[in-house]
Amino acid sequence: MVEEKTLTDLPHKILETAAKAGIEASGEGRSGSLFHLNQETVYSAINREFEGRVEVMDTKEALRKYGWLSDYLWRAVKADADEYTRKVAEEYSGGYFMRVFEGAEVDFPLQSCLMIARKGLEQRIHNIIIAEPGSKARIISGCIVEEDIGGGSHLGISEFYVKESATLNFTMIHNWDENMTVRPRSAAIVEAGGSFISNYICLRPVRDLQMYPKATCLGRGSRARFNSIIYGVGGSAINVGSMIDLQGEGSSGEITSRVIAKDKASVTAPGRLLGNNAGVKAHMECRGLLLDDGASIHAIPELYSNRKDVEMSHEAAVGRIADKEINYLMSRGLPRDEATSLIVRGFLDVDILGLPPKLKAEVDGIVDSLVEGM
Amino acid sequence: MVILRILDVRGLSVEVEGKRIIDGVDLHVESGETYVLFGPNGSGKTSLVNTIMGLPEYRVVSGKITFNGVDVTRKPIDERARLGMRLAFQIPPEITGVKLRDVLKVCLGLGHRDGLSDEHLGVVERLRLTDFLDRDINRGFSGGERKRAEVLQMLFMKPKLLLLDEPDSGVDVESLKLVGTMLQDYISESGASALIITHHGQILDYVKASKACVFMEKIVYCQTSPREIIKSIGERGYEHCLECNRRRAGDG
Repeated sequence: MVEEKTLTDLPHKILETAAKAGIEASGEGRSGSLFHLNQETVYSAINREFEGRVEVMDTKEALRKYGWLSDYLWRAVKADADEYTRKVAEEYSGGYFMRVFEGAEVDFPLQSCLMIARKGLEQRIHNIIIAEPGSKARIISGCIVEEDIGGGSHLGISEFYVKESATLNFTMIHNWDENMTVRPRSAAIVEAGGSFISNYICLRPVRDLQMYPKATCLGRGSRARFNSIIYGVGGSAINVGSMIDLQGEGSSGEITSRVIAKDKASVTAPGRLLGNNAGVKAHMECRGLLLDDGASIHAIPELYSNRKDVEMSHEAAVGRIADKEINYLMSRGLPRDEATSLIVRGFLDVDILGLPPKLKAEVDGIVDSLVEGM
Repeated sequence: MVILRILDVRGLSVEVEGKRIIDGVDLHVESGETYVLFGPNGSGKTSLVNTIMGLPEYRVVSGKITFNGVDVTRKPIDERARLGMRLAFQIPPEITGVKLRDVLKVCLGLGHRDGLSDEHLGVVERLRLTDFLDRDINRGFSGGERKRAEVLQMLFMKPKLLLLDEPDSGVDVESLKLVGTMLQDYISESGASALIITHHGQILDYVKASKACVFMEKIVYCQTSPREIIKSIGERGYEHCLECNRRRAGDG
């Protein structure tokens, strides 16, 4: 394993690409960083100020260091769940292990970057994230492929353990290209009073992406939330859903997805909420905008409960931009195409995800260029 | 050439989904005039102002709409808006992700990355909408809040002709005074014209209007003072307007 002294020692082109996935090369405003390029972790370190509060290292290194970590490996995600988990169980190159210590409140996010820069590579990753009781932290993870490498695939396992009264806010930004096949597999277990928020942003084309992260709210009063913002373009086939299993008394879950599909993209958004205990509250909302006739969106909201004292609801809407919205904005003096752009930009607004300012600016910039190119 | 008549509607007939809803209407608003439109529920008053504004679902089958000397009958909505005609919707739509702040910037002609000035924020605060700036426009707004938001946008757009669709419906007494006063202040300062739809005339406690008519049975009846109309409708109902021989004819 090659370890660079600082993130900025990596080739400039690599860092430029990584920046698009939210990676701050200087490490400024970050409590810790890990960079996994192709099949090795080339950098991992924490900001000195956060020593004793967080730790970050390659998963394999962490497994060597901590005997107890093997109890966490393949606990949330099952190794034999499907062909992709089996592949990663058989062999993987590494991944990020991040732990926030008990009671630690970490105001700067941890960041990780998983990059593919080699044609035809099948990158296999296993990540384990532990938020110890009472801790509070945010993670930004960017997955990215270098431009024009002509194809590859990414199989990534992520297991999240949010312990009692801990809060973990996890944002994943995917930047693939039209030749990539992507199969992330992730699951979170949330204990009493814990809170897990998972944000997912995918604004660039991808050949074939399918993921269905799951959160189990095990403990009393535990909470989970999945937010996703997806822009399907070109010939992208995207299937991104999520499931929340509310097992703890009074636990709550929310799934929000905003999907735009244009050209010949097809986007499927399954969402499932299971209400399995007293006092559970859950809501799911999926809004889909179709910009072209050849594109498709399939929203599949599902609610299940076997208890009478739950409150669960869903809203799903798919269609083109409503005429009355366009007309309203035109009555404010905007030409039709600008009214459309404003609506699309609003639809892709990442404000709700609470990203750090620089990253938000980066994502806003991507949205701007998408909207201009429409 | 001085344009004395800001809005000139002649022989206007309109269909929606093949059904005739406006049948040969003449309506004229002079420059600087505030004109009131009464009429029973469902009579088509909103359709009339929406047609004037150019909403596409209203198909003009005959007639002409001239705004400030320009024939706008076939012009798209945004062009009419840029010419200075602005509509405050009766039921404005909710738009996911588009914040009130974003729409205000559009009204002010600002770019989406520009900020609102202190002066603008002061007006927002006066209309008690500061907390709504970063909310999706109209989503979860009460009736009164939506009306205040419409008026706020109207004031920022500085129109030559204000089309106000029931600015006083569902508005509490305090909000009505605020909204009415601010609209009248704008009209007095700018010399703008207005066409106001109202049921009860409550907005007229604050906005001065000298002329009014009744829109029903697809045409316009009467042309007299708003107070006279309110009195007549109150005492004898809209049915009397049909019998009344002061039916409005097209004038030269």
